[in-house]
Amino acid sequence: MTRRTPLNEAHRALGARMVDFAGWDMPVQYSSVIAEHEAVRNAVGLFDVSHMGEVEFKGPGALETVNGLISNDLARIADGQAVYAGLLNEQGGFVDDVVAYRFSPERILICVNASNREKDFAWMKAHARGVTPVDRSDDYAQIAVQGPKAVGLVQRLTKTDVSQVGTYRFAEGEVAGKRAIISRTGYTGEDGFELYCAPGDAAALWSALLTEGQQDGVKACGLGARDSLRTEMKYALYGNDIDDAHTALEAGLGWIVKLDKAGGFIGKDALVAQKAAGVKRKLVGFELTGAGIPRHGYPIKKDGNLVGETTSGTMGPTVKKPIGIGYVPTELSAEGSTFDVEIRGRAVPAVVVKTPFLKKS
Amino acid sequence: MSDANIPGDLKYTAEHEWARIQGNKVVVGITHHAQQTLGDVVYVELPKTGAKVAKGEPFGTVESVKAVSELFSPLSGTITKVNEELTEGPETLNEDPYGEGWIIELELSDSSQLGELLDAAAYAELLKNA
Repeated sequence: MTRRTPLNEAHRALGARMVDFAGWDMPVQYSSVIAEHEAVRNAVGLFDVSHMGEVEFKGPGALETVNGLISNDLARIADGQAVYAGLLNEQGGFVDDVVAYRFSPERILICVNASNREKDFAWMKAHARGVTPVDRSDDYAQIAVQGPKAVGLVQRLTKTDVSQVGTYRFAEGEVAGKRAIISRTGYTGEDGFELYCAPGDAAALWSALLTEGQQDGVKACGLGARDSLRTEMKYALYGNDIDDAHTALEAGLGWIVKLDKAGGFIGKDALVAQKAAGVKRKLVGFELTGAGIPRHGYPIKKDGNLVGETTSGTMGPTVKKPIGIGYVPTELSAEGSTFDVEIRGRAVPAVVVKTPFLKKS
Repeated sequence: MSDANIPGDLKYTAEHEWARIQGNKVVVGITHHAQQTLGDVVYVELPKTGAKVAKGEPFGTVESVKAVSELFSPLSGTITKVNEELTEGPETLNEDPYGEGWIIELELSDSSQLGELLDAAAYAELLKNA
């Protein structure tokens, strides 16, 4: 059965086009993907991300338990900070990519992808040595407020001094009179927050943000804009750019892998071996220099030979170029390397570029 | 913002193309409903003038930010004109699907196929039941 977030009626009232996404009835767009994308780049946009899952580890040893599961290191951050991390399999591939919130060494909350919620929870239960995880997904709704005007908008609705909440930090407070985790995180490349609240408070919070945000030009934004925004930043999408068959090093996410942390983590040995042997393929960002738009799953060819595959692509609404992401052999991964992307039988030339595609001033 | 934008002087296909019949020539585009469903069109892959197309077969591609859709020829014939303006301004397909957003002009090879197209009322009925 298709799941609905607490904001389902609100989306329909706004005239959203709804689609099935990972078993959830979600808005893909309200008016236009490009208009929503631009609202986030230039003003502020709201996203319903209540479909994301949350898993909690609570009790003595929570930090050590989670640290054994994730690739990043919770011991290196303070309470009130979050880290982006991988849940890796024994081969160093991704079970999922997650954000782990450190409330204290005895309470860690992990936000997981909607499509992986059940898989992740089962995996964590099977592999956790110490504290037993609890699936808290049904206890949280989540609204992302993203864009240059996001901070001002949220500040007008809360007594918490959000200017003191730095990037990848979070605070607990009230927004529009509703209890919320106010997290300075997001998936758009813009400043902003992800607000975790009780499902019963989500509609009131959404409505308050839309009303208060009118003066900022706020727009409700769907999955379409979420995808084009994250692609311009080369943020990985699970199932497209990262999956269980590609390692964190191949995905260019070595920075979320702390090979030297105490206690190690699942997948570490494989990554140490891969690092020593040399990474054979890499995830790169490219621009098409011929006409067309790259999409997930197109062949990448060099001199007519199949050498890789695209994992994401779009016409970047802000960069105004056809941009893509894909795995290529390491020797083709340097900036300026060229290859062809096969689009419906046509070889379209492409060049590896520096990412993110969007250069912030 | 109505799906009911279906001009009475055109013929339609179930794949949401329209055909404006002018003697032996036919101008082809996609319907208002089609462009609305696609969303922001960002790329149009056009055929070449002189190419032969068969009824129901793909002759080009329209891409929106999110999706790729093939264009199916409503009739068989030879392509006599292609709207090259769409290469630089693909958004014209959203803005004026029945006018400046036309895609190709065909010279018919089999006028008996005309009877197989839907009229505006039949197309409206099809959208209602979609």
